[in-house]
Amino acid sequence: MAEYQLPETLRYTREDEWLRPAEDGSAVVGITDYAQQQLGDVVFVELPEPGAVLQQGEACGAIESVKTVAELFAPVSGEVARCNQELAQRPEAVNEDCYGGGWILAMVPSQPAELDGLLDAAAYAQHIADRE
Amino acid sequence: MPTHGRSVSALLQTPLHAVHESLAARLVPFAGFSMPLHYGSILAEHRAVRERAGLFDVSHMGQIHLEGPGACEALERLLCCPVASLRPGRVRYGMLCNEAGGVVDDVTLYRLDAERFFLCVNAANIEKDWRWIARHCGARQFPQVQLQDRSAATALLALQGPAAGEIIALLLPDALRTPLRRFQCAELRWRDAPLLLSRTGYTGADGFELYCPAQGGAALWQAILEAGAAHGVSPCGLGARDTLRLEAALPLYGNELDDETSPLEAGLGRFVKLAAGDFVGAEALRAQESRGAAKRLAGFELLSPGVARSGCAIIADPAQSGGAQRQLGVVTSGAPSPSLGKSIGLGYFPPELATHGSRFAVLVRGRPLAARVAATPFL
Repeated sequence: MAEYQLPETLRYTREDEWLRPAEDGSAVVGITDYAQQQLGDVVFVELPEPGAVLQQGEACGAIESVKTVAELFAPVSGEVARCNQELAQRPEAVNEDCYGGGWILAMVPSQPAELDGLLDAAAYAQHIADRE
Repeated sequence: MPTHGRSVSALLQTPLHAVHESLAARLVPFAGFSMPLHYGSILAEHRAVRERAGLFDVSHMGQIHLEGPGACEALERLLCCPVASLRPGRVRYGMLCNEAGGVVDDVTLYRLDAERFFLCVNAANIEKDWRWIARHCGARQFPQVQLQDRSAATALLALQGPAAGEIIALLLPDALRTPLRRFQCAELRWRDAPLLLSRTGYTGADGFELYCPAQGGAALWQAILEAGAAHGVSPCGLGARDTLRLEAALPLYGNELDDETSPLEAGLGRFVKLAAGDFVGAEALRAQESRGAAKRLAGFELLSPGVARSGCAIIADPAQSGGAQRQLGVVTSGAPSPSLGKSIGLGYFPPELATHGSRFAVLVRGRPLAARVAATPFL
């Protein structure tokens, strides 16, 4: 079975995204190592517009790889603060550094309680194992 | 995220399965087989074939042999392409059609000598083709023709790319008096076993396909990798095979071709002996030729960022249609082209729209992406 990096400090969703609360009250969002390995070479990331107001679970973009596509879902409710515009030039950053330079967007959560419902690294690892 | 639809362990395996596992291939179900999608990166494997060489295990494909007196006549009846004019040692692309002119399968026809032929067929269609061939070329119609399905007993490797010729020369230094030309084949021996070498492929690159007994497949794979190491040969999976064939605008059965689609609609009329020949489907195809096909396959490129995939709706250019989204056609294959750096695809269009330069849009997750009919092959 493949090995996946799952940093302990992040929160995870069942849709294979991670979320990292930032000091300014926003939360940075990306896709997990498992997700990028499943997708393979990422060639295009469709991003939401900054300012878009999203409900938790709402489809808000897509990650296209050579072979397949994965929709992006809002991990929590809130407003899109900014998106990683560098992905337009270097979508492969999602493969190379999914928890760093391959981040996708930052949101300002409107329902902080939703953060508590996200998975920790151990629970997400179990979620992956259940599917494999 | 993509998930595996069914257990990989329940699938058929090629003779190279252990090799793929040792190379940490990502294995996916395809046509009932567990097949390598890639060995790390589809993009890297695609580039290897375009720049150097790539080695594919395509042992999932089937081989149906027809031998004996009448084999040529039987195939002439079965196939849309001319058969009698094919000389021994030559290979030809062709299709089996049904009575309505739909494509039962697209195949490569090998003529080994006057009365020995075989068809290399799509993995998903082996059983269907076998039944079809037995029905139309069985003992009743062609009593002296021996039919044999050697699919499970045969390993098939494809070595593709500009360095393929040099690698074959290293692998088989004394086997060929003259190099094979495109669509030629030769029956050779390698390590005391039969080896059929043909200068064919499904990538748009120069290359070879090598057929050998199943038990010798893994050794042949290893020998090609060793012979090609200095040329940078890379194992390649079905992911790169698909992007490579799409750049070459080669049809894929199940996407561009099926039982309800005719060779004329698919733009493959040049492989159909319309003027001569009494083959299965001939009447329907001649009628379609005279009244004109209702749809037409064409290649396209996206003009906006994104990827159009198989199944996406083709709609009118919103700038010209006032925003109406009536479906005009459908995308049958689509992918980002690693060689061209833009998204390309194939799809069925109304004939009047299937002309080079026509503007239209593809609906991707409900959003229209601007696109244009492009010349094929794409490169």
